[in-house]
Amino acid sequence: MTAVSVQAVSQIFNQGHTDEVTALSDVDLTVAPGEFVSLIGPSGCGKSTLLRLIADLITPTSGTVEVNGKPAEKARLDQEYGIAFQQAGLFEWRTVQRNVELPLELRGQSRAERRSRTAEMLELVGLTDFARHYPAQLSGGMQQRVAIARALAVHPPLLLMDEPFGALDEMTRERLQTELLAICAKTGTSTIFVTHSISEAVFLSNRVVVMSPRPGRITATADIDLPSPRDEAVRQSPAFFDAVTTVRKALRAAA
Amino acid sequence: MSRSTTTSMSRSTTTGMSRSTTTSMSRRTATGIRRVLPPLVLGIAALAAWELTVSLGRIAPFVLPAPSAIWHELIAQRGNIWDAALASGLNALIGLLWGTAAAVLLAMVASRFRFLADLSLPLAAVLNALPIIALAPILNNMFESTSSLPRRLVAGIIVFFPVFINTLRGLREVNPVHRELMTSYAAGGWTFTRLVRLPGALPFVFTGLRQASSLAVIAAVVAEYFGGLQNGLGSRITSAAAFTAYPRAWAFVAGACLLGLVFYLATLLLERIAMPYRN
Repeated sequence: MTAVSVQAVSQIFNQGHTDEVTALSDVDLTVAPGEFVSLIGPSGCGKSTLLRLIADLITPTSGTVEVNGKPAEKARLDQEYGIAFQQAGLFEWRTVQRNVELPLELRGQSRAERRSRTAEMLELVGLTDFARHYPAQLSGGMQQRVAIARALAVHPPLLLMDEPFGALDEMTRERLQTELLAICAKTGTSTIFVTHSISEAVFLSNRVVVMSPRPGRITATADIDLPSPRDEAVRQSPAFFDAVTTVRKALRAAA
Repeated sequence: MSRSTTTSMSRSTTTGMSRSTTTSMSRRTATGIRRVLPPLVLGIAALAAWELTVSLGRIAPFVLPAPSAIWHELIAQRGNIWDAALASGLNALIGLLWGTAAAVLLAMVASRFRFLADLSLPLAAVLNALPIIALAPILNNMFESTSSLPRRLVAGIIVFFPVFINTLRGLREVNPVHRELMTSYAAGGWTFTRLVRLPGALPFVFTGLRQASSLAVIAAVVAEYFGGLQNGLGSRITSAAAFTAYPRAWAFVAGACLLGLVFYLATLLLERIAMPYRN
């Protein structure tokens, strides 16, 4: 079974109007269980649209989207995925603990279950000491870690991320990348990660999918064959820079 | 991630926090004094100037009594002022409660259906443009003269508008990320309202309440000028003025001012309690 299967998907916004936009044209994408796939491309290439289609936040104009063998809508209703955005999007009136608990609460889990799962998640992202803090008391990087903990709280088989580290400084960003890989390895979660940073895509992924705009489509796919676990040594290795060059060339060719 | 980095990081953050708390506390006291002192000095200066102007005979005491005369009446009448303030305060409170409840409930309904929101805004504006005080004589005549209902109705109607408008705006302003998250959790409309819209609208509700709390007191006091049961501050002010007992009238005005202040401060306190995450 595949984690995600996107087949012949097209997305046209404002169809039939003068401002009609073809956001995606005939996109096919398959993600294997446990695989880390990055979507990269310039603004307007439809990478966020593709992510939202998989999340069933929008419905494709044509084509099919399956998550974990289920139609996208069914998968969403069953909370088969967790999602995180560029904005952490924490609820400022809830403590860190209660933010992470929210998806569990909506699943109707008991208080005890929620407590233990949240404790586990906060341990995972290293924020156990901040459970009772409000989001406004945390730094941007810490907020994003809470958002990741929340996305993973229901133990979804799939994690969808839309430029989650886009608003962070380079140091925090690299630290969170390493943390994210460790978490994904530990939980066996498949991940689709939208970014426009080439080095980020290469460092994180098993496979980088290059997209180009007008109309949004997939123009190239690069398998990233780097040793794991990926650490600082990998970041400095010639193989890493080779992969970065490959992806950069693919992006240039697409534009 | 390595465990040691996390603990050392959190430890340094904690010490940093406690240090910043002590400094910020002394700084807060300093800014507190700096904020309170100027209006206090200005107020005392104004009172002194007022007192001097009147005692030097520049203004006839029946036009404007001296602050000392008003203070004298305030002490002499404190029992009456207290009783009248309790009556007016209760009317204002009941008006504030039902007006707020109605405003929040209707705003919730209006926010769920776009056409209702579009429809209700002009209606609420009409209600607001209506000089509510002008309703007081009509309402006073609709009910028995022993009824407290007219004043409470007037207070509630006045409270309604600012709370409704602000709450509706708050309910409609939802962070798009929160919306997408709740969709991803497959949360229904009511769950969404309860968990996201309402808590998100709370700051807006309190913005409305801060305006409404003082308005409720004004409405409860002024409504008495137009008849109805005469046991509040409004009737005391009119009757004192009718007997040309101006210092006494002013003493009750001061009582009304204090009552309004109490309502306003109580709202601020409630706001702090309701939204600990904002402090």
